[in-house]
Amino acid sequence: MKKRNFGFAMSMVLAAGTILGACGGGEEADNNGGGNGGGESDKFTVGMVTDVGGVDDKSFNQSAWEGLQAFGKENDLEKGTDGFDYIQSKSDADYKTNLNTAVRNGFDLTYGIGYKLKPAIEEVAKQRKNSQFAIVDDVVEGLDNVTSITFKENEGSFLVGVVAGLQTKTDKVGFIGGVESELIDKFAGGFEAGVKAVNPDADVVIEYAGAFDKADKGQQMASAMYSSGADIIYHAAGGTGNGVFTEAKSLKQKDPSKEIWVIGVDRDQAEEGKVTAGGKEMNVTLTSMVKRVDLAVQDVATKAQNGEFPGGEVIEYGLEANGVSIAPTQDNLTEESKAAVQEWTDKIKNGEVKVPTKPSGK
Amino acid sequence: MSVSKNWTVLAVPVISVLFGLLAGAIIMLVSGNDPAAGYAALWNGAFGDSFYTGETLRQMTPYVFAGLAVAFAFRTGLFNIGVEGQLLVGWLASVWVGLAFELPKFIHLPLAILAGAAAGAAWGFIPGFLKARLRVHEVIVTIMMNYTALHVTNYFIRDVISDGADATDPVHETASLQSEFLQSITDFSSLHNGIYLAVVAAILMWFMLEKTTLGYELRAVGYNQHASEYAGMSVNRNIILSMVISGAFAGIGGSMQGLGTFGNMFINSGFSGIGFDGIAVALLGGNTAIGVVLAALLFGALKVGSLNMPIESGVPNELVEIVIALIIFFVASSYMITWLLGRFKKKEAK
Repeated sequence: MKKRNFGFAMSMVLAAGTILGACGGGEEADNNGGGNGGGESDKFTVGMVTDVGGVDDKSFNQSAWEGLQAFGKENDLEKGTDGFDYIQSKSDADYKTNLNTAVRNGFDLTYGIGYKLKPAIEEVAKQRKNSQFAIVDDVVEGLDNVTSITFKENEGSFLVGVVAGLQTKTDKVGFIGGVESELIDKFAGGFEAGVKAVNPDADVVIEYAGAFDKADKGQQMASAMYSSGADIIYHAAGGTGNGVFTEAKSLKQKDPSKEIWVIGVDRDQAEEGKVTAGGKEMNVTLTSMVKRVDLAVQDVATKAQNGEFPGGEVIEYGLEANGVSIAPTQDNLTEESKAAVQEWTDKIKNGEVKVPTKPSGK
Repeated sequence: MSVSKNWTVLAVPVISVLFGLLAGAIIMLVSGNDPAAGYAALWNGAFGDSFYTGETLRQMTPYVFAGLAVAFAFRTGLFNIGVEGQLLVGWLASVWVGLAFELPKFIHLPLAILAGAAAGAAWGFIPGFLKARLRVHEVIVTIMMNYTALHVTNYFIRDVISDGADATDPVHETASLQSEFLQSITDFSSLHNGIYLAVVAAILMWFMLEKTTLGYELRAVGYNQHASEYAGMSVNRNIILSMVISGAFAGIGGSMQGLGTFGNMFINSGFSGIGFDGIAVALLGGNTAIGVVLAALLFGALKVGSLNMPIESGVPNELVEIVIALIIFFVASSYMITWLLGRFKKKEAK
């Protein structure tokens, strides 16, 4: 009896699925860009949708937002739907909703920040053919209303790798990546190549946190790396990287003479490294690999405003256009590494050195 | 007596939500925001036009399954906190089946959903078995199983289904729940056929619990284990069965994500939160099928609508989360409201 009921339940689920399967194909929809209401002013308006990091991630969402703010300032726009604004995503399911909300609010150009938004942008851009989109950190192919903005992170990472290779005392440096992916591999590959270029004996430990928003995980990993003898950690992990700074600072507070460093990413993270230890102001940020998401965002917005929206194109910002570079704050760099950075920058720019996009052994 | 009891059952969740909204309004007011504009934006973002209604229903779909899963176990006296993990393995299993086979739709889609249900059921079986045989508390085991599920699914996505990528390919069209018809009537929202399944599942749960011998036994065990044992029911068997069915509901919730909302599965850096919200959904819904559906609708609306609050009304994201949390808080403190209602009635009687 009971068995029969259970079987009955299961067959009902099966039947339901079958019925639903049958009503799969519907008619083709053709109302593109349905809700282009919103800000009907003649001003050029820009919106951005963050990934789960949010605009205060001290990393590339924040950098993109700074770019938008700069663009707004340049063009006398105000924050809001009549000027420029951001929409924050709380989970991966929110990307599509938020992109649509941006379109509905009438933004002339909408940025999707981060490669996680790629599938959502692809889909929404196909549906809203009259709206312009740009994706940062990934490539969307074959759509005329999407510009892809990418960076040669490997080149910038190579330069901070050179610094790390020259300034490590223990001949052991660490790399903490967010999620293991093609993008983060570019950071790891460039960094490793840079270290090895100036210090072939140095050991580069590469690890991944599996998340961009887990500062506690970053802190744990940094703690393990520092105690295993690494003295410089380069992080490419967004919010997770904040934990690396926390750990370095607390180690420094316990023992101010300890020489440990963090290399920041995306923005000049000198601010995050400030610490008062043993009564003195110190900074654990050795330098940062700056990825000028802000410049890129501003650049594409300006182009679009002038009617030259580079739809369907992939724009790659490298050392050449200052799209990536070493941070302006270089107080902790030795003269030797400053000179080396200059030397290798020239070598990369004139094509003498090709920087790998993957760590060795991949 | 029974009439007034029914009235309380309905009044408590409604009052909880109202209290939550009221407390949220006060907080918005104190922090210098306009509560009316905030709630208007919430409403517009949830039901403002067909697109947002579609998104709300889409968000509601997995909530229904998660809520049903928690409620089902709860009726047998079990606290299934492992819905999150069961949902993840169900998500993985259905995407896997959706990718691995090439079958006609009328076989492929049900098969993928059943795979999700089976995976979730298997994940629910373990704590059920441990509880029944060794008296290990299911709360501990299910919490652990959540983490196991998270990392196991991530491993499978990265190293088994794909070659080091952080997301699987989209499932074949024949295993997809996505519906052009639903998308066209909701202006390209990501609403999918899963919403029908959610309704069917709610009816199924009601039927199973209220109209079958199996359901009667499960509920009896929930009321009083010793009495059920004395009456000749196998308590252990019912505990395991309850966790298995609960896990199956959760697993199908995962299928909704895998075959409907996203069409694939990706590396999750943390929990999706749907399983945990399912606890609140079940609580708010009084562990009944219809209550769960209504509570899931409310949660879907809050989640989707809240995304619109910052941009339309300028209420900061953080406040939105506080408001949502307050509503959940008041739901959870339903005891307080029951007590208040009791006081109220006593005074009236005087």
